[in-house]
Amino acid sequence: MNFAESFRIAVRAVFANKVRSALTMLGVIIGVAAVILLVAIGTGVQGEITGTIEGLGSNLLFVFPGQINTGGGGGGGFGGPPSAGKPFSLADAKLLQARLNGASAVVPVASGAGVLRLGNKSGRSTLMGATDQGAQVFSATLGGGRHYNRSEVDASARVLAIGYTIKASLFPNSDPVGQYITVNGQRFKVIGWYEKQGGSLSGDQDNQAYLPITTLQTLTGNNDVRIIMIKAADATNIDLVRAQAKRILEPKFADNITVMSQDQTLGILSTVLDTLTYMLAGIAGISLLVGGIGIMNIMLVSVSERTREIGIRKAVGARTYDILSQFVIEAMMLSLTGGIIGILIGAGGAWAIQSVVPTTVTPWAVAIAFFFSAGVGVFFGVYPAWKASQLDPIVALRYE
Amino acid sequence: MHDVTKVYQLEGIEVRALCGVSMDIHEGEMVSIMGPSGSGKSTLMHIVGLLDRPSAGVVSIEGEVVGDLSPNQLAALRNEHIGFVFQSFNLLARTGAQANVELPLVYGGVSGAERSRRAREALERVELGDRLNHTPGQLSGGQQQRVAIARALVTSPSIVLADEPTGNLDSRSGVEVMGILQDLNAQGITVVIVTHDANVARHSQRIVELRDGVIVRDETVADRLDAHDEMSQLGMNTAADVEAVLGTAGDAS
Repeated sequence: MNFAESFRIAVRAVFANKVRSALTMLGVIIGVAAVILLVAIGTGVQGEITGTIEGLGSNLLFVFPGQINTGGGGGGGFGGPPSAGKPFSLADAKLLQARLNGASAVVPVASGAGVLRLGNKSGRSTLMGATDQGAQVFSATLGGGRHYNRSEVDASARVLAIGYTIKASLFPNSDPVGQYITVNGQRFKVIGWYEKQGGSLSGDQDNQAYLPITTLQTLTGNNDVRIIMIKAADATNIDLVRAQAKRILEPKFADNITVMSQDQTLGILSTVLDTLTYMLAGIAGISLLVGGIGIMNIMLVSVSERTREIGIRKAVGARTYDILSQFVIEAMMLSLTGGIIGILIGAGGAWAIQSVVPTTVTPWAVAIAFFFSAGVGVFFGVYPAWKASQLDPIVALRYE
Repeated sequence: MHDVTKVYQLEGIEVRALCGVSMDIHEGEMVSIMGPSGSGKSTLMHIVGLLDRPSAGVVSIEGEVVGDLSPNQLAALRNEHIGFVFQSFNLLARTGAQANVELPLVYGGVSGAERSRRAREALERVELGDRLNHTPGQLSGGQQQRVAIARALVTSPSIVLADEPTGNLDSRSGVEVMGILQDLNAQGITVVIVTHDANVARHSQRIVELRDGVIVRDETVADRLDAHDEMSQLGMNTAADVEAVLGTAGDAS
C-alpha cells in the first residue's frame, strides 16, 4: 500500500468524526495561534522600543545615580532600583554643563505624576521636567506651539507642552496652544503639543506632559534629578565624554554613578526583551503541548474504538506498517491542519491588534510553529498508532 | 497441517485448545469443521487462516511451511491466498460496498482502476452489482454477507474460510449464502466452513468434527445438500439467476 492510500484512509477517518476532529484540532489551533501572536507581540514591542532608542541618536549618554550592572547577560539588574545612590541635583547638572568639553547639551530630567484638568475633564499623566535643552534629547516631535524656553525654566514658569493623548482627551476639537489647564490644582498655560508616538516599555509616551524641571520641582516639592542626559557634539567622542563626566562627578559621588550610552541601554534592553519574547513563546508552547496531548488522547480513543476495523484490515492483509502509517498520518493531519489554521488566526490576530500593541509576525515564528505542530502530530500520534499496529487480528476481530 | 497443538495462557492457566491435530485439506475440497463451542474449531480456523500460529506442529499452505513467518509475511500470505467470511460480516461501517470489497486489493498493492474493476466484478458475482455504494447499514444481513463473500473472493484466493457464515442470517439468506459458497467450490476454490450447525455442514463434501481439541470424526458427507435445490423448494427465483451469472463467470475463467 502506498502513501496516497494511507492518506485517503486518514482523510476519511478525520471526516467521519467531524466534531471530534474539529475539537482536537482546536487544541493545536489555540496553541499555534498563541505562539504566533505572543511572539509577534514580543518581536513587535522589541522592534518599536529599539527603534525609539535608536531614534534618540547614538551620541546620547545617560547618567544615573547608583550602580547598574551593565555587564550584560545578568538581565535582572535593569529596571529595578539602582543600588542606593545619592540622587543628583540641578547643581550637578550645572557642574557637568560648565566643565564638559564636547557636550552640546546637558539635560537634567525629573518626573512625577499629575492630574491634568480642564473644566470637567481630567486625567492622570506623567510629568516630565527638563531644561530648555530637553527638546534636543527627547524624541517627541512638536505638532503645534513651542517648547518652553530658558527664561521659563529660570523663572519656574507654569507652562507645559502636552503629549498627543492628553491633547486628544482635553482638547478633542480645539487647538490647545494658549489655553489654560490645571495640574495638581495649579493653573498652567499650554504652550505646545506633540505628535503621536505610540507606547513603549515605560508606558504611554503620549500621556506625558513636558514642563520646566524647576516648575516640576516646585510642584512636587522634590528637588531630586532622576537622570542627566548628555548629548555629545560628536558621536565619535562619546567615550571621551563619558570618561569626563565620570571624572567630574567623582569627587561627590565616587563610583556610585552609572554612565550609559544608547548602545549599552539597547544591549540591556534587548537581553530583557529577548528573555520576555522567549518566555511568551514558552508559555504559548505549553498550550501547544497540551494540544498535542489532546491529539494523543483522541487517537488512543480512536484506536480502541476502531479495534474491530483494525482487525478486519489485518485479516485481509494489512501489514504492521500499513496500520501504523494510517494512524500517524491521521494524527499528523489533525495537527498540521490545526497548525495552519492556528498560523492564520495568530497572524490575523497580530494584524488586528496592531493599533494597540506593536506586532511583527516573523517567518521564523511561523516556520517553527508549523514544524512544531507537525512534530506534535508525529510525536503524539506514534504511540497510539504503534498500539494499533501491534493488535492481534484475532483479538481485534473478537472485540465488541 | 501436522500434529498441531495450540496452548493459550489465560490468566496463568494453560488452556489446550488443540491437542495434536493433523489433517489435510485438499485443493478444491469443501470441508466443514464442526464441534460444540470450546472444541477448538475456531482456533483451528485461525491457524488454517494464518491469523494465528500454532504452539507446536507444522502448518503448510501450498507446500510452504508457515511456522517461522513474521506477522507481516503472514499478512501478505493471507492477502494473497485466503478469503475470510465471518459470522458477523465484519464490514467497515460507513464505507460503501465497493470500497469494502476493494480493501484486500488496497493492501495487495493493486492500483485504482484495476481495483475498482475487480471489486465490481466480485460484487456482480454475488448479485450486488447494483448496490456498489450502499453502506453496510443500508444492506440486509444477507446482502452484507454477500458483500463479505465478494471481499473474500476479490483477490482470487485459493481458500475461502467461512466462520459460521449463516450464524446471523435468517434461513433463506443462509441458504443463499451456502449456495454461493457451493458455486465457488464448484469453480475450484477450496472452501472451509466452521459451524456447529449439522445442517450447514451437510452442504460440504467432508465433515471434520472436533471435541476438546482432538478430531473425533472425519468422514465424507453421504447425503450432501444442494443449496440450489433448497432455494427452489423455498420458492426463491434467484437460483437460476445465480446460475446464469456464475455460469458466465465460470466460462470466462
